[in-house]
Amino acid sequence: MIEVRLQPDPFDSGAELARLHTLGGGGVASFTGIVRGDGGLIELMLEHHPGMTLAMMRALAEEAMERWALTGLTIIHRHGALQPGDPIVLIATAAPHRTAALEACASLIDRLKTQAPFWKRETFADGSSRWVEARTADDEAAARWLRDER
Amino acid sequence: MDILYFAWVRERIGTDREQLDPPEEVVDLLGLIAWLAKRSSGHMSALGDTACLRAAIDQKFVTLDASIAGAREVAIFPPVTGG
Repeated sequence: MIEVRLQPDPFDSGAELARLHTLGGGGVASFTGIVRGDGGLIELMLEHHPGMTLAMMRALAEEAMERWALTGLTIIHRHGALQPGDPIVLIATAAPHRTAALEACASLIDRLKTQAPFWKRETFADGSSRWVEARTADDEAAARWLRDER
Repeated sequence: MDILYFAWVRERIGTDREQLDPPEEVVDLLGLIAWLAKRSSGHMSALGDTACLRAAIDQKFVTLDASIAGAREVAIFPPVTGG
């Protein structure tokens, strides 16, 4: 069961996890990204490529589903204007054993950061704004999963 | 050819999309970017430094030396920052 969504609206992590709990057991792992309020940030605007972003999310999901033999996988990514404390992304993985669920979840968040076309613009309380720059550390984290390919 | 811009590339150029037919001598993305950069000072500001740019052709990520032959949609943008 793969569920991949790209939406402006908030999501309910609990309800999403509950659905994965019904897939025959083993384990469910999840990562919820929450907007940080660093440096007086008041808004995080997420831009995406209509068409391509959701397709890339689906492709990453299908690859992970097969690589780790998951029984279920949910990826939800929000776009538009978000505030500090808002959930921005959810990855949840269900598998018969914990290692597959945990590894798939960690891999997906690393790869989403570097391979799904989103761009973030931060606006601060003093009225200034800036586009978030890609981090080399994120590329390295994503590359680790390619090196570890079994 | 539909040319799409995102994030600060879009802001500097002042539009998110242009429909253009590049001349025959433009064969790859680097050539296309150099050709587009001459359109305005905004284009030059957005596209002048290709080290800061990434691209997709028909919604697949490609490197900037990729051929644009047969491309229907080219997207030009900064490195992605999702998650």
